[in-house]
Amino acid sequence: MMSSARCVLALLALLLAPPAWAQGDAARGRAIVTTRQKGLCLLCHYGPFPEERFQGNLAPSLAGAGRRWDAAALRARITDSQGLNPDSIMPSYGVTDRLRDVAPAFRGKPILTEAEIEDVVAFLLTLTADE
Amino acid sequence: MRWLLLLAALAAAGPRIAAAQPRMPPQAVAQPRSGTQDMSRELQAMQADDSANPGMLWVQEGEALFHRAEGRVQKACADCHASLTGVAARYPAWDDRSAAPMDLAGRIQHCRTEHQQATPLAREGEPLLALSAFVAGQSRGLPLAPPEDSRLAPALARGEALFRQRRGQLNLSCAQCHEDRAGLRLGSALIPEGHANGYPQYRLEWQALGSLQRRLRNCMVGVRATAPAFGAAEYVEIELYLARRGAGLAVEAPAVRP
Repeated sequence: MMSSARCVLALLALLLAPPAWAQGDAARGRAIVTTRQKGLCLLCHYGPFPEERFQGNLAPSLAGAGRRWDAAALRARITDSQGLNPDSIMPSYGVTDRLRDVAPAFRGKPILTEAEIEDVVAFLLTLTADE
Repeated sequence: MRWLLLLAALAAAGPRIAAAQPRMPPQAVAQPRSGTQDMSRELQAMQADDSANPGMLWVQEGEALFHRAEGRVQKACADCHASLTGVAARYPAWDDRSAAPMDLAGRIQHCRTEHQQATPLAREGEPLLALSAFVAGQSRGLPLAPPEDSRLAPALARGEALFRQRRGQLNLSCAQCHEDRAGLRLGSALIPEGHANGYPQYRLEWQALGSLQRRLRNCMVGVRATAPAFGAAEYVEIELYLARRGAGLAVEAPAVRP
């Protein structure tokens, strides 16, 4: 029989444990990356998506992203690019604070959920070839 | 090193992308570049030909309105104003009565309610756009010449601050695209320097004539930010800064844009 204090400690340990990232789905991630209204990625980036016309050139190619970065680095860059580089124009996809004048429909919501970011990470990890 | 890689990638990606390599940010826009210069020849020709420029429909409508007696005093704009050549090139300007800067549409509105004693026109409605197009068209070819008026300085500074303020869920400022990345492509769209010399303008995207405020609003909605109501002081402040930033550019109203 655990004492209530030990119960609380056990709960705390669970809460403080690093999150176990659910495995992302690369196919879903590709759909997010190539959907202009969802991932928005191809407005700025370009990459190995021959069926997608009019890719942007404000940011580097996504080709080879999976060779240049590991999952943790990709996750960090997508979740909070501006946390790593305040001058980055890449939105911090998982961040809802530090923003101003957000339209009511988007207020308090990240651009992508944690699960969606995992999908994008899983997909980008498959882009190991340089274009 | 990553920068070199990016350049190499751009070069390797073929002439379409390599042709639009990043330019140095034009800090003071020493030589502002009108969006017209980056349009297709077809669109340039459409803009230049009054019989093909759809904006001229609004100019004609505006001319008719300009000569129509309105309001309680039944006066027409033309009863006081013979020619307004060069006037639009100097707006926004300081308005003594409201002790605030006023843009051209605001001035027309003011004349209407004060001097014609008529009901105000809707800010982005067809009659006010038409009158604005008619008045602005009379400055075509003249350089944007924002007034040197110290009373405008605080609003001008606020306008520049708004231009550089990151906003919205996408957390982007006007300057990050239209200053730092003009000439590059956001999806299919070539990012222009974002000058104010063509308004009101006919955009194929709108299939209509619209004001600079409508265009500003488009970008604010695009970055998922709140957009003030038409006529708000924030817009006039940004308009004021844009006029300063594009000073010297020839007025092209009513311009045609993609």
